[in-house]
Amino acid sequence: MVKRIAWRAATVVEVRAETPSARTLVLDVPEWGGHLPGQHVDIRLTAEDGYQAQRSYSIASAWSAESGRVEVSVQRLADGEVSPYLTDVVETGDQIEVRGPIGGWFVWRQTSTAPVVLVAGGSGVVPLMAMIRARGLAGGRQPFRLIYSVRTPEDALYADELRRRAREDAGLDVHFVYTRKAPDDWPVPPRRLDVAVINSHGWPADFEPDCYVCGPNTFVETVADILVALGHDPKRIRTERFGGA
Amino acid sequence: MSIISRGFGGRRREPSPDLPPGQYLAHDFPVLSAGPTPRIPLDRWHFSIVTETGEKHTWNWAEFTALPAEEFTVDIHCVTKWSKLGTSWKGVSLDTLFEDVETAGDYAMAHSYGGYTTNVPLEDLLDGKAWIAYEYDGEPLHPEHGGPARLLIPHLYFWKSAKWVDGLRMMHEDEPGFWEDAGYHMYGDPWREQRYHGD
Repeated sequence: MVKRIAWRAATVVEVRAETPSARTLVLDVPEWGGHLPGQHVDIRLTAEDGYQAQRSYSIASAWSAESGRVEVSVQRLADGEVSPYLTDVVETGDQIEVRGPIGGWFVWRQTSTAPVVLVAGGSGVVPLMAMIRARGLAGGRQPFRLIYSVRTPEDALYADELRRRAREDAGLDVHFVYTRKAPDDWPVPPRRLDVAVINSHGWPADFEPDCYVCGPNTFVETVADILVALGHDPKRIRTERFGGA
Repeated sequence: MSIISRGFGGRRREPSPDLPPGQYLAHDFPVLSAGPTPRIPLDRWHFSIVTETGEKHTWNWAEFTALPAEEFTVDIHCVTKWSKLGTSWKGVSLDTLFEDVETAGDYAMAHSYGGYTTNVPLEDLLDGKAWIAYEYDGEPLHPEHGGPARLLIPHLYFWKSAKWVDGLRMMHEDEPGFWEDAGYHMYGDPWREQRYHGD
């Protein structure tokens, strides 16, 4: 008999603003057995009258037994029910219920030696960041490339950390794509991510990279189609989407 | 005993007795797919049922759409927490497709273009409980939502309703499909909140 994944009372030990509309909650989860980068957790909130709501959030952190912490980064949705509470109300010391880790497909395993292409749209970077951090923590040498599409520079999560990691790690390339407003010194005007960007900043299909694409559905649909058109095996393209079609 | 989330609940969604536990009402139609969307030309589309003895029943698009179809309105529940109530579909009942199929298998593995699989007990496919749907809201089913045709088993979590379905393989024993192998529940009843292994 498989044991049910239990709801655990997690304590918020730190809160970090990532962008004006996204923040990271650092959680201390009792008896957390670790997780793989790309997995998510379910978070459950209970109102005073017993009303409950639960949602899934990607884990942003790499697992290390020393820290024992689980970080989730939450993007505030204007019409959201749970995300505004997590981005605007929760404070250090509060407790929330957490269940996980969940998902065994959209994950990166350190035992894999394949090159990796990561393509993120907006807050879709969160599970990909966990992969970059896990590789960094393990001292992995797998060649990683991240293409990160954001509307404006202010919308990029983890921007400083990504630049630092790319500077310090020859095996990690990070390429930003700005779709509405680029930094003043940026060499190209704002543009949508297209086949040329994926071709120049991903790995060639001949290298047989594992591709992870995460973001809003229309974004993921576009990127996955481009990767297929560039000759990548659809079985090597893993997607995680949010929002409707 | 749950932990009370101080100050939570002010923005709650409208409650509904039709919502299984842990679900919320979605007003759009979210897309959940593990990989790229396959595009299957109708002249190459086919659907087959293969029994545990290897006997194969196959329909091409013309044969399939010539079968008696039903229009039906059902609620759908995705394991990622959204539900959509009163969705309208058109498709062929699995009862119709199984009419001439002789099988002693109690389980079926649904297979899809693109390689997706999911397991379902045969009894959950019969008696008006499941369809191969090819229209949504009066329009041909969009590829992102599983077109040309998808399995539709509304009483189970929506990952059981395999998109781009191309066949059912009958089995004597239950075996995990794609998500079931990745930690999701073997059966997936939303009313019993069977999301993950062990639920």
